[in-house]
Amino acid sequence: MVWMSWTLPTAAFFAGIALILVAMTTWQAISPSVERKGFLPIETTRGDRLFIGLLSSAFVHLGFVALSDVPLYVATALCVLWMCFLMRWG
Amino acid sequence: MTKVENNKAWWLVLPVFLIVAFSAIIPLMTVVNYSVQDIFDPYTRYFVGTEWFKQVMLDERLHDALIRQFIFSFTILAIEIPLGIMVALMMPTKGKGASLALILVAIPLLIPWNVVGTIWQIFGRADIGLFGAMMAELGINYNYASEPMHAWLTVVLMDVWHWTPLVALLCYSGLRAIPEVYYQAARIDKASRWAVFRYIQLPKLTNVLIIGVLLRFMDSFMIYTEPFVLTGGGPGTSTTFLSQSLVQQAIGQFDLGPAAAFSLVYFLIILLVCWVFYTTIMHMQKDK
Repeated sequence: MVWMSWTLPTAAFFAGIALILVAMTTWQAISPSVERKGFLPIETTRGDRLFIGLLSSAFVHLGFVALSDVPLYVATALCVLWMCFLMRWG
Repeated sequence: MTKVENNKAWWLVLPVFLIVAFSAIIPLMTVVNYSVQDIFDPYTRYFVGTEWFKQVMLDERLHDALIRQFIFSFTILAIEIPLGIMVALMMPTKGKGASLALILVAIPLLIPWNVVGTIWQIFGRADIGLFGAMMAELGINYNYASEPMHAWLTVVLMDVWHWTPLVALLCYSGLRAIPEVYYQAARIDKASRWAVFRYIQLPKLTNVLIIGVLLRFMDSFMIYTEPFVLTGGGPGTSTTFLSQSLVQQAIGQFDLGPAAAFSLVYFLIILLVCWVFYTTIMHMQKDK
């Protein structure tokens, strides 16, 4: 695994993604998701909203890195709020 | 009767998942790891946080390459899609002519990409190439090696020549799938040729056109071999697209950290465009 040049933050990031996927799979097995229309212009399932949330969060982080010197945890906190909002009302 | 849930078929997906893990997920994880470090070798590396991302996002050369990439992709789409439809509409539908036309149209698709670059490299030269000589005869001092506009024209023409057949073949299959009754109804209504195209053929081609646009956009957005062989990204950097900038950075300069950050930004842009197209296709099918 040395050739993969792991670092603690990237390992934590991938562990987080893996945990989210496991949690979503379990949630899906317990209570299957139904497509619904929220504030997004399209009907989405839970997985769709998760994907939209993760992708938009990636762009928000890139925007913070490129355009400001604000610490990145501010972007992460905003994205967590955005994800919760999206998953509930998206 | 209650429906029995059986998810055993998911095990059949396991081999594919393992192959994708080895060919895509593990390399992608490595790229993410590289993007936050200054890598000299696997044992000599320093954590730099988001420094490479900042550098990549503020790099003027990469902005220019991205703009060039979008201009290139939209230019070739604006030409290849209408041209592909036109070719498909003109292709014979029955008899030996149909088979011959299909084979002739498909030939450019069978040629390897680096060979396509070489063909156009020779074709565009004024001394030994037909296209270059023709331009010289017309009194145009055509030189794709020194004039950025000429280089662009050649790269665009090469892509149009290479990939319009794909759009044409997709549209041809879409046109063949339209039932004859639609045309009969149009004849009864004395619909004009344009009306038949606008209200029967074009709506029926929507799905294949979305696939065509998606394939051509993704392919042109990742174009590397043909411009590399034809112009080498020049003159200057006028035909240096994203993939070539990436290769220059990763292999030419061996800047693995910035190249990894660049790859991830590139990947995110492609992922976003793919998702938009995928969602559009799925929702259009659902609306039907």
